[in-house]
Amino acid sequence: MPVIADSLAGTRIAVTGATGFLGTALVERLLRSVPGCEVVALVRPGQQLSAAERTRREIVRNDCFDRLREELGDRFEEEIGRRLFTLAGDVARDGLGLDDDGRALLAGCDVVIHSAATVSFDAPLDGAVEVNLLGPSRIAEAIREVRGTGAPLPHLVAVSTAYVNSGHKGDAAEDLITASRWLSMPAWRGEVRHARRARADVEAESRTPERLKEFHARARRELGAAGTSLLADRTEHVREQWVTDRLVQLGRSRAQGLGWPDAYAYTKSLGEQALLETRGDVPVTFVRPSIVESSLAEPRPGWIRGFRMAEPVIISYARGLLSQFPGVPEGTVDVVPVDLVVAAIIAVAARGPDAAGPCVFQIASGARNPLRYGLLVDLIQQWFSEHPLYDNRGQPIVVPDWHFPGRGKVQGQLRRAVKLLSGAERVANQLPIRGERAEFASRLEERRAGAERALDYVELYGAYAETEARFRIDRTLELFDSLDEEDRARFCVDPAVVDWQHYVTEVHLPSVVEHARVRTKPGRRTLASRETRATQAILSDEPRIAVFDLENTLIASNVVESYAWLATRHRERSERARVVGQLLAEAPRLLALDRRDRGDFLRSFYRRYDGAPAARLRLDGCELWSDLLALRAFPDGLARVRRHRLLGHRTVLITGALDFVVEPLRPLFDEIVAARLGEEGGRFTGELVAAPPTGEARALLVEEFARCEGLDKGQIVAYADSTSDLPMLEAAGLPVAVNPEAKLAAIARRRGWPVEQWSRTKGAPARPLAVSGLRAGLRSLAK
Amino acid sequence: MSPRPGFVLEVDRSTPPTLFWHGEGFHLERLPVGSRVIYPPEPLPALTDPDAAIADALEHPLGDTPPLRALLRGGMKLTIAFDDVSLPLPPMRAPDVRQRVIEAVLDLAAEAGVDDVVLVAALALHRRMTDDELRHALGERIFNAFAPHDLLTQHDAEDPDNLVHLGLTDEGEDVELNRRAVESDLLVYVNINLVAMDGGHKSVATGLSSYKSLRHHHNVRTMEHSRSFMDRHHSELHTSNWRMGKLIAEAGVKVFQIETTLNSNTFPEQFGFLQHREWEWTWKDRAGFAASSKALERTPPELARRIFHSIRSPHQLTSVQAGEVGPVHDRTLEHVHRQQLVTVEGQTDVLTMGLPFISPYNVNSIMNPILVACLGLGYFFNLYRGRPLVREGGVVIMSHPTPWAFHPVHHPSYVDFFEQVLSETTDLHEIEAKYENAFATDPWYVHLYRTSYAYHGVHPFYMWYWCAHALSHVSKVIVVGGDRAAVRRLGFSPATTLADALEMAEDVVGRDPSITHLHAPPLLIADVQ
Repeated sequence: MPVIADSLAGTRIAVTGATGFLGTALVERLLRSVPGCEVVALVRPGQQLSAAERTRREIVRNDCFDRLREELGDRFEEEIGRRLFTLAGDVARDGLGLDDDGRALLAGCDVVIHSAATVSFDAPLDGAVEVNLLGPSRIAEAIREVRGTGAPLPHLVAVSTAYVNSGHKGDAAEDLITASRWLSMPAWRGEVRHARRARADVEAESRTPERLKEFHARARRELGAAGTSLLADRTEHVREQWVTDRLVQLGRSRAQGLGWPDAYAYTKSLGEQALLETRGDVPVTFVRPSIVESSLAEPRPGWIRGFRMAEPVIISYARGLLSQFPGVPEGTVDVVPVDLVVAAIIAVAARGPDAAGPCVFQIASGARNPLRYGLLVDLIQQWFSEHPLYDNRGQPIVVPDWHFPGRGKVQGQLRRAVKLLSGAERVANQLPIRGERAEFASRLEERRAGAERALDYVELYGAYAETEARFRIDRTLELFDSLDEEDRARFCVDPAVVDWQHYVTEVHLPSVVEHARVRTKPGRRTLASRETRATQAILSDEPRIAVFDLENTLIASNVVESYAWLATRHRERSERARVVGQLLAEAPRLLALDRRDRGDFLRSFYRRYDGAPAARLRLDGCELWSDLLALRAFPDGLARVRRHRLLGHRTVLITGALDFVVEPLRPLFDEIVAARLGEEGGRFTGELVAAPPTGEARALLVEEFARCEGLDKGQIVAYADSTSDLPMLEAAGLPVAVNPEAKLAAIARRRGWPVEQWSRTKGAPARPLAVSGLRAGLRSLAK
Repeated sequence: MSPRPGFVLEVDRSTPPTLFWHGEGFHLERLPVGSRVIYPPEPLPALTDPDAAIADALEHPLGDTPPLRALLRGGMKLTIAFDDVSLPLPPMRAPDVRQRVIEAVLDLAAEAGVDDVVLVAALALHRRMTDDELRHALGERIFNAFAPHDLLTQHDAEDPDNLVHLGLTDEGEDVELNRRAVESDLLVYVNINLVAMDGGHKSVATGLSSYKSLRHHHNVRTMEHSRSFMDRHHSELHTSNWRMGKLIAEAGVKVFQIETTLNSNTFPEQFGFLQHREWEWTWKDRAGFAASSKALERTPPELARRIFHSIRSPHQLTSVQAGEVGPVHDRTLEHVHRQQLVTVEGQTDVLTMGLPFISPYNVNSIMNPILVACLGLGYFFNLYRGRPLVREGGVVIMSHPTPWAFHPVHHPSYVDFFEQVLSETTDLHEIEAKYENAFATDPWYVHLYRTSYAYHGVHPFYMWYWCAHALSHVSKVIVVGGDRAAVRRLGFSPATTLADALEMAEDVVGRDPSITHLHAPPLLIADVQ
């Protein structure tokens, strides 16, 4: 038999899924180790990038090509230009969406390697069906269509997965899917029809009033009173997420119901079935790898692309987020390095199609050189004990001991944890807490998300650690044995060469850790520098406009308190008690109204000022500041305003408080936007002259101020404490969450906004109730 | 029986533990054998008829001036200025001396048919007084008669329209005063002379002036050359004020000065143990001490502060003199010295003091760390005549909780001074050169001083300058039982117990140092021989 390079010399090989993990390795290997061939990469045009540009950026620039670039030196670009072509197309579309040039290019191919797939194990059902199930058939159809009558049809090498046939214990031979004894195969056409209908059904259900109400409520829980437009965005996002989740769930249930571990294996097996049925005359060979992991040697040890299956699980474990993963210690985890898979595919391509019709080559390690789950866990634990990851504070994370629990137990534990944490989170979001306590609540969210992720991993991948099928690779080894010595060295496909201890600790784990963005060094340097950078940007001497909210951002007080103080200032003691008592009794209603809509709340609350003497209240405003508000002010906040002024920034106060209440703050701000009451004959009318700026109005106002100053978004600094100011914070390029309530704390955390914890002056006199003259009263009691 | 004079006790084995003030509280400390404790003289007897004494002083003025009655006439412009809330300490029981004196002055004015009368609280750069405080100092009658008609004013050192520049002294010092005071036909100043620093020309030249004027004597150089500022003849601070007083007189401002002195009857009956010498404590004193110190252990600091600040002192009038500033003040000082002077033989290596809850600048407020430093190293350290109580290179040990706490309304610039200035440096000259102007002219502080109840932006600097003499004289300052971070920020050393502090002091002054405890308040002046 001729050597591989010889038999492929002068051929043109098309590769689908070339931007994926396996595809990239395949393209590189063909270009490097099979010098005589040309490669056509079928790439889907991106939204911004053309297919050719994607090839250049996502394939050629990948570090997979470093070795080839080094070997070829100056000739690299020329060689790539001469031998690598891009075919713009999409396997999820009928006819692959090819244009005339594309069809011509495809027509000239001698081999088509189909490695495109939705490898994500939690893809929505319909998406997985379009790509994994229908993809191979579409390729075959396109091949037939573009090739003129009489011309030989290219060899289609369809990459599938060994797990299409893993639902049973014991040997899983290299048989066609249709020949498997243990599978109950549904008719693929029916599955396609139902999957497509499922999308429509779920979409329709997501639009029922009950569901929409539920999504709106969820968005509201998350954002609070952030304004109609933001809530609408969020609601739609929640709906879309719900549809996706639902379809993922549908796929998983359907797959597991039929005996596959997940939607991936399920759609892949149906894809094999469909291809066999629809291929016509196209010669087909299936290659079924098991779990493909980082490379053993080619192009370099440890090369990996993407972060897909074992990697997130390993990193979650190393970060202490996942303390248990189900599995039996003596079970087998069927892992195979990517370079072995690539070699097998190339060898199969070189061998050509089987005259007897479609056949299957499996490439897996379980039957030949099994990696025991127990050993893998030991190696991982040991390795991370020696090379720990570090937490945010720069402290090493201790990895937990592994107990090999059953899947049900782990799932149960995690489900309980998720439930508990979401309950705690919901409660925390309802509580009127802010500042550092709210920070804690936002950490709850992080913990809950972590537990959810862990649960996802367990549900998704648990089956892979528990598979008891042994994938036979006899035909693959037979092919390998038939090669000459040079090819055997060059295109090794025999898993027996893998020394698992070496592979896990020296090759795979270092590569995984390098790819995951995790801290591998002690010290708290990076975090501090990020905060410093944010502060520097905010307090730079370049032009800025600094916008401040008032309540709980600069002062721990509110309009109700101010009212109570003003209303009691000129009253007898007994009457004071009555006013305060009334307000206390109304507190729950006021709070609820405020939560629903800030503007409505202010309008309704300010009615109380109807008939109040305007001149006297203006005078009292000054005393209110000294007697109440200044005691509740955050000195750091006022210092920050002053700092902005010192730097020449424009400072703006936007508040729903009344103008005469904030008048004492006038010297700190260039602009004060406050609520103003109407006046008639020296008395307030209780009606606002203009609507108080809340929600989106604040965002528009801030943008208007910036425009007047000739500043852009990046020069706006906004300080606020609650999600009702979210539009304003989003309008600013430099948002700062001050003493955030739980919801905002969570958002700030996610988006990396700086958070300031400003507190009242230490030891400042406490005023439990905002009643003027309270101190004098106390003194008279003490006398 | 006439009151006993001050007394220096030498601690021996039989001496009971000594009372140390400690902010809003106090404790008993055993001083090493051989230590000295300086006790103030007992309270002088009060004038039996204060109103008669006041009337008499107004009728028989000192110096070259006719009686007040003769100075008053119909159609004239009369201004009565009075000391602000910083005096006396603690605030005295009603009726306040100011009320008695001003009522007497107003009666005479009414008799003479004067109807243009304005009262001015002589704030200098202190915070404005609240209505409650004004009511307490002046009494309901005066308050209700003047306040509603805007005739009860408070000096505003930042109101350019209401300040008049009178010129420069021989030394080139600006004299800028309250316009109403300057343009009046007669300015009557009503003072309370609690310590020797108060009164004299300082009353008008400081109390009614502006930052422009004050900065000539409220600065590091002056304070380093005032040894001490409690001794007017050796005080650069007073020399400068006297020059200004001369200029004010030459400018034609007619000042009729009324000065009063109080006895050292500082604390009410239930706190009698604070006035008595420990070995003479009666069972009532012991019970009072035990009860109050036990109760205070369980009281939150905020409440303890309120309780202490509600103390109204039973101070009584011991003298009143009126007339020309110079002669009046000389007589006043005689009375102050009669009440406070204690002869002490020689200096000491280590001076200990217990600092109380109050200083002139935190009435109804919080004693922040800067005020702690000022009370200890400014006021108490300077309570001497002749030589400082502690030798040069000696150690001062102060006992005070020194909480990292500030009153947000009264002391806004103090917070920033503590956070921004003292965190950079504690060096007086550097602070003065680098930061004073920015704080003094900061529009936000000016706004708060004028419209709220805040001390002027520059005030914390003055408090720090007040320590200048002490800081250049002693080599170490130790604070017992203070907030460690706050104490360190001040540049002092924190100690947990007095014993620890004494150990630390030995590192500086050597083994077996001489130790002297200033048993105040009630206040005293050590006449160091």
